[in-house]
Amino acid sequence: MTTSISGRILHAGSVTAPVLVLDEALSMWGGLDPKTGRILDQQHPQAGMIVAGSIVAMPGSRGSSGTPGVLGESLRNSVGPVGLILTKPDVNLIAGAIVAEALYGCSCPVTLVSSEVLKTLRTGQHVTLGDYDEARREQ
Amino acid sequence: MRLTSEEADWLAGSAGKAHQLAMRLLVAAGEATGASTFVPIEFAHINSCHYSGQLSVDFAEYLLAEGATLAVPTHTNASLIDQHCPDLRPMERFTTEVAGAQRLMEIYEELGCSAMWSCAPYQEHAGRPEFGQQIVGSESNAVSFFNSALGARTNKYGDMLDISAAVVGRVPLSGLHTDAGRLATHEVAVELDDAVIDDPMLPHLLGILIGQTVGTSIPVISGMGRVDEDGVKAMAAAAATSGGVEMFHIAGVTPEAPTLHDALGGRPARERTTVDSDALQTVRSQLSARSSGPVDAICLGTPHFSITEFAALQSALDGRPISPTVTMLVTTSRAVLAELQLRGWDTSLTESGVQIVLDTCTYYPPRASGVQGTVMTNSAKWAYYAPGMLDVHVAFGRLADCVESAVRGEVTVAGDWDAL
Repeated sequence: MTTSISGRILHAGSVTAPVLVLDEALSMWGGLDPKTGRILDQQHPQAGMIVAGSIVAMPGSRGSSGTPGVLGESLRNSVGPVGLILTKPDVNLIAGAIVAEALYGCSCPVTLVSSEVLKTLRTGQHVTLGDYDEARREQ
Repeated sequence: MRLTSEEADWLAGSAGKAHQLAMRLLVAAGEATGASTFVPIEFAHINSCHYSGQLSVDFAEYLLAEGATLAVPTHTNASLIDQHCPDLRPMERFTTEVAGAQRLMEIYEELGCSAMWSCAPYQEHAGRPEFGQQIVGSESNAVSFFNSALGARTNKYGDMLDISAAVVGRVPLSGLHTDAGRLATHEVAVELDDAVIDDPMLPHLLGILIGQTVGTSIPVISGMGRVDEDGVKAMAAAAATSGGVEMFHIAGVTPEAPTLHDALGGRPARERTTVDSDALQTVRSQLSARSSGPVDAICLGTPHFSITEFAALQSALDGRPISPTVTMLVTTSRAVLAELQLRGWDTSLTESGVQIVLDTCTYYPPRASGVQGTVMTNSAKWAYYAPGMLDVHVAFGRLADCVESAVRGEVTVAGDWDAL
């Protein structure tokens, strides 16, 4: 049972994986360990969880200058998210995904959805990100 | 985005693979932020040269190997290492990081960047853009200083986007690059006694409070008729740290805010917050875990110390030696050191036991030698980051307090704690 999600494609690619829903935006720099994929930010509700192999869905964004490097480094180490679902475009996350693809061939598609769509997602649910213009839901 | 035929060709690879990748990053950024065109830039201050893992080196090697060139004068932000002082972060202990940082410094100089290695480029002529110039900034305090104090125009560009913009010589026209994107939406009304307005701690505490209050919005500060350049620097650093503020106005002080009305573009503020001394006290307690007891280190120069701050340090020290139990590190730029040398101040500071550190900062991990235990600083940015990043106890005070503490080896804070 997979939910196929599409919104605005910020970085193309397709992937099917379990989703990890974050209750708050995660600042990658200082917030994610690019060697292990663990959420380091102790103030974050999902602190200690591992993002590796998941499509990470989060509200808003907390970008910093270090974001592209940390996201890209986690992808290089194969412990990063395999996709991102955002409710706010974050140029630094997109940059990290593009560079990791260009240098290492790592795929991490980024899709922008509404807050309403984000609210329907549950951690562990299988989700497909692809280059669709409209959401397609299978039950 | 609407691309010119030249830009479309670059995106298709006509100017080489490095240019093409840079264009891909910038077009994606432009589409994400809703920009419809690019705007030329005249200056860049980049952070991609700061080691943040193997990817940062691989990306730079790619640019170099693919023959990337720079379209505009490009200056480097602080590095992880001080090449003049290898003991600060010893290669033997931090082999990967130090080797990576060294290689990055070589590559970015080879690409043609000016070797400024400073988070406060605006303290030297070449790193100080002019009013109204479209530029690229990356380091958070510098972005805010460029926008707020100088009236140059930049969004905060993350790693790899900043150097991409320097390669292409343009950025998507959005946000703080536009007139409308620079207007204040929030008013922070300062209601404080003159003595507090003139306290050197104020810009630091106020900056933290502003960041906490407005997040990433643009505030205008009213009721603060005077603040010097070091004060604006401190506010820029602190507000970017606690909130992500990329621009603020100070009514009657900063260039795009002759009046409160101008800063707001004639609209009413969406939110108005009043700052009194109680609010500042709260911030001060958040920043300072120690107000007495032994001190192990003093860290000054976040952002890099200016020549006027060195003058204040010189005068507060007055030739006295610091305690042998204390490590005192002051981070600054090569240009400011040259000025110190002309004045002969470097010698007297060294004789007092002060270590001048170049090219880097002491709040970055891995921890610099001697930075341990209880550390005192006059920088709100340092005080905010260090407990989490370096596992130290912070005492926050004024520059003069830091100097007294260094001399005595004990945390010493002048005046009544409640007076502020």
